[in-house]
Amino acid sequence: MKNSEPENIGAHSRRTFFKSLGTVAATAATSQVRTIGAELEKINSEKIIGPGPVPVTLTVNGEKLKLMIEPRVTLLDALRNYSSLTGAKEGCDRATCGACTVLLGDTPIYSCQKLAIEAQGIEITTVEGLAKDKRLSKVQLAFIEKDALQCGYCTPGFVMSVTALLKKNFHPTADDVKHACAGNLCRCGCHPHILQAALKAAGVEHAAKTEVITYA
Amino acid sequence: MPSWPAETKYISQSTPRVDGEAKVTGRARYSSDIQAEGWLYGMILRAKWPSAKISSVNLDKALAVPGIKAAVVVRDGAFTIRYYGEEIAAVAGTSKQACLDALRVIEVTADVHHEFVVNESEARKENSPRVWENSPNAPTNPHVRENGKVDDAFAECAAVIEGFYSTAVQIHHPMETMGNTVSWTDDGLKAWSSTQGISSVRDGFAGALKLDHSKVRVITDYMGGGFGAKFGAGAEGVLAAKLSQAAKAPVRLMLTRFDQALAVGNRPSSFQKIKLGAKADGTLLAFDAENYGTAGIGAGGDGGGGGGGADIPMPYLYKVANTRVKQSAVAVNAGASRAFRAPGNPPASYGMESALDDLAVKMGMDPVELRLKNDPNPIRQREYKLGAEKFGWQAKYKKPGSSAGVVKTGVGCAAGAWPAGGASRNTQGEAQINPDGSIEFRLGVQDIGTGTRTVIAVVAAEILQLKPAQITVRVGDTNFPPGPGSGGSTTCPSISPTVFDICNKALEQLQTQSGIADARGENWFTACKKLGVNPLVVHGQWQQGLSADHACGVQFAEVEVDTETGFVSVKKIMGVHDCGLIVNQLTLESQINGGIIMGMGYALYEERVMDDLSGVVLNPNFETYKLPGIGDVPEIEIVLINMPERGVIGIGEPATVPTAAAIANAVANAIGVRVFSLPITPAKVLAALGKAPPATA
Ligand code: FES
Ligand code: FES
Repeated sequence: MKNSEPENIGAHSRRTFFKSLGTVAATAATSQVRTIGAELEKINSEKIIGPGPVPVTLTVNGEKLKLMIEPRVTLLDALRNYSSLTGAKEGCDRATCGACTVLLGDTPIYSCQKLAIEAQGIEITTVEGLAKDKRLSKVQLAFIEKDALQCGYCTPGFVMSVTALLKKNFHPTADDVKHACAGNLCRCGCHPHILQAALKAAGVEHAAKTEVITYA
Repeated sequence: MPSWPAETKYISQSTPRVDGEAKVTGRARYSSDIQAEGWLYGMILRAKWPSAKISSVNLDKALAVPGIKAAVVVRDGAFTIRYYGEEIAAVAGTSKQACLDALRVIEVTADVHHEFVVNESEARKENSPRVWENSPNAPTNPHVRENGKVDDAFAECAAVIEGFYSTAVQIHHPMETMGNTVSWTDDGLKAWSSTQGISSVRDGFAGALKLDHSKVRVITDYMGGGFGAKFGAGAEGVLAAKLSQAAKAPVRLMLTRFDQALAVGNRPSSFQKIKLGAKADGTLLAFDAENYGTAGIGAGGDGGGGGGGADIPMPYLYKVANTRVKQSAVAVNAGASRAFRAPGNPPASYGMESALDDLAVKMGMDPVELRLKNDPNPIRQREYKLGAEKFGWQAKYKKPGSSAGVVKTGVGCAAGAWPAGGASRNTQGEAQINPDGSIEFRLGVQDIGTGTRTVIAVVAAEILQLKPAQITVRVGDTNFPPGPGSGGSTTCPSISPTVFDICNKALEQLQTQSGIADARGENWFTACKKLGVNPLVVHGQWQQGLSADHACGVQFAEVEVDTETGFVSVKKIMGVHDCGLIVNQLTLESQINGGIIMGMGYALYEERVMDDLSGVVLNPNFETYKLPGIGDVPEIEIVLINMPERGVIGIGEPATVPTAAAIANAVANAIGVRVFSLPITPAKVLAALGKAPPATA
């Protein structure tokens, strides 16, 4: 990657710092150590952001969300604590449960593992953004119909993971669904119904194996 | 005596959850989503030592952190810490980040003790460090219950087996951690709690903070699972209240996932030494057992575990003529146990059902036959026969370890019951019927995830001959008429008869006020219109004869075990269950699936691991405390026995009871040797096969 002036004072300056350091360090191994000094000086003269609140603009469900938050605030916390978008849930805050899943572009991500400042400039979709004109998405409807939820705390995460799957795979198999939901936990144990719901949303009917016997 | 209608339109059918839309759109506000006006973030500082004496806690530096509005210590003066993770202090501030900064600078002066014990068998030794100074960790002379003449009976047995079956401490880990948003002002205390018992939380706050019950209001619109752990206000609730009072602002204090594993409940372990003998025809004759397990600091002393002690029902379910049982709870330096889905039953089922299978193998008897011979319950008799037939037991059951190849298959079965359950007879509720025909039910219960609102809507729609969507249901507020906690599988049998009563009272009064003989169905709106301008409010309560207790179930498991890696993969579970009158089949299925999957976690993955040397919980997260994921879940087939004549019975607990035992038996059937402890990890499988050394722990 080209070693240019960081154009974005904010989210990306730190990243650019590390990247540029990496590139330069490799070159330095063979030649001038002085280049590193010059590079560091240049980078240190960049505007350092934080640790206090900084302006952050997120694009969530098609709307701009302007916040003043510390750079260390995660996307999940920005949504849940600095806006009223509490649909994404916190189950672990450490990339193990998937309750916080949102879409960044079309990619499902753990929003607890992304700093809000890094999520600027990319379209973010949360579970609140799936229904259009109050019409629920196919995935949402299928989750209700198949009862793919109990307490519902994991549900937004599963709904987002399945939504992301169906965006790139119109005819998923059961294994595809399992793979797409491998990063989501459900303690209530709704997995069989979640599988049915995901397939149903893709147009495949997959009935529960339940039999009722009435003894008179 | 009232009775349920014989012909039904909604009861025993499948109605999608009435609050499903709120949950799939993110509109449902869980306790952790509450953003009360001016709310602050709260966080708890926890002990880093399993045993210590705290002499002072200095909060000055924490209070000086920008954004911090309040800080409180858990107790005044000096206090003792008895487990890693016990609460010390808490802070409230304008952001999570401020709280994190503040926790780091709280100064704790502690005398750290190096004498502590976290291992059950160590804790039982006479010279073990004591968890509670004034009492031994385990009773020195545990109570012995003997029926009949056990020693004589063993002498008459044709076959006798002995085994030492153990189960690990399991952690509830609801997806929403424990916690509340609390606002405490001069007008009283309002708490949005993630709880399965709004009334018990109200009482807990009132008791701890010396407030009139009428000054405390608890609201739980939506909560993210409990499984028995979420009945009380808890230390975290009381701390949030104190912070709110000090900061003069509402405080949202939810536990971290880490905290959840340390301090707010678990299922006790069990170490069951069982000797079981039978006559030549398979009739069980003698049972001798000694069991101990730990409820953390909740065992022994005056720790109080909030339910969920370490004793288990022994012998489980089956009739044995001569029995002797000795049990004791062992205190260790770890968080106290709490009630956990069917307390005592899953470990009891694992011990007894394993012993039964071992006996069957020794006698060369079919395991299902042995059970039919000894299970006194007629419903389970039916369930065993029906299940065996549908599962194809006869064809699938082979001599243990006899399947060819590296990956071996096996099948197993086990039974469960939930003898408690039944209804909370004090359940009340009300309905407001408006002249426009809209109707709203208000019950002081909460939905733990089982579909409480849906049950109310289904029953009301049935009796009033309306549609479930026409019924507005409000729950989760202590301002409503009181209802039970969501525990012990009591919610459905408590609320269904209550709603039945409210509806019938409403119909009577509508008849009187409107002059229309039958206000149901198509006459509903006309009758309501005749109310004029004033809504009709009717109160009702639980009625006898519409509910029952004692649900049963048997499950069959089919597994594959890779004898090279030790990995167990569950292929299929069949659950044959009864719960009296089925209220709503769709949500019932969900509960049974959930029970089975949780039982599968108990069988194969879940275990709180503690470090004997440091006293620390080593796996307080989901990386290392493994829950079943969607890829682990087998095909689940449910057979429901509908018995309307029994009335409504809860299913939450019984569904999870037999799963672990059925899987364990299937593993033993596959590999031909028994793994004597849960969870059945690959390492234990390999050790049982003699391919790896046994673990030293
Ligand atoms: S909260 Fe992000 S993965 Fe659990
Ligand atoms: S529905 Fe409760 S955790 Fe999934």
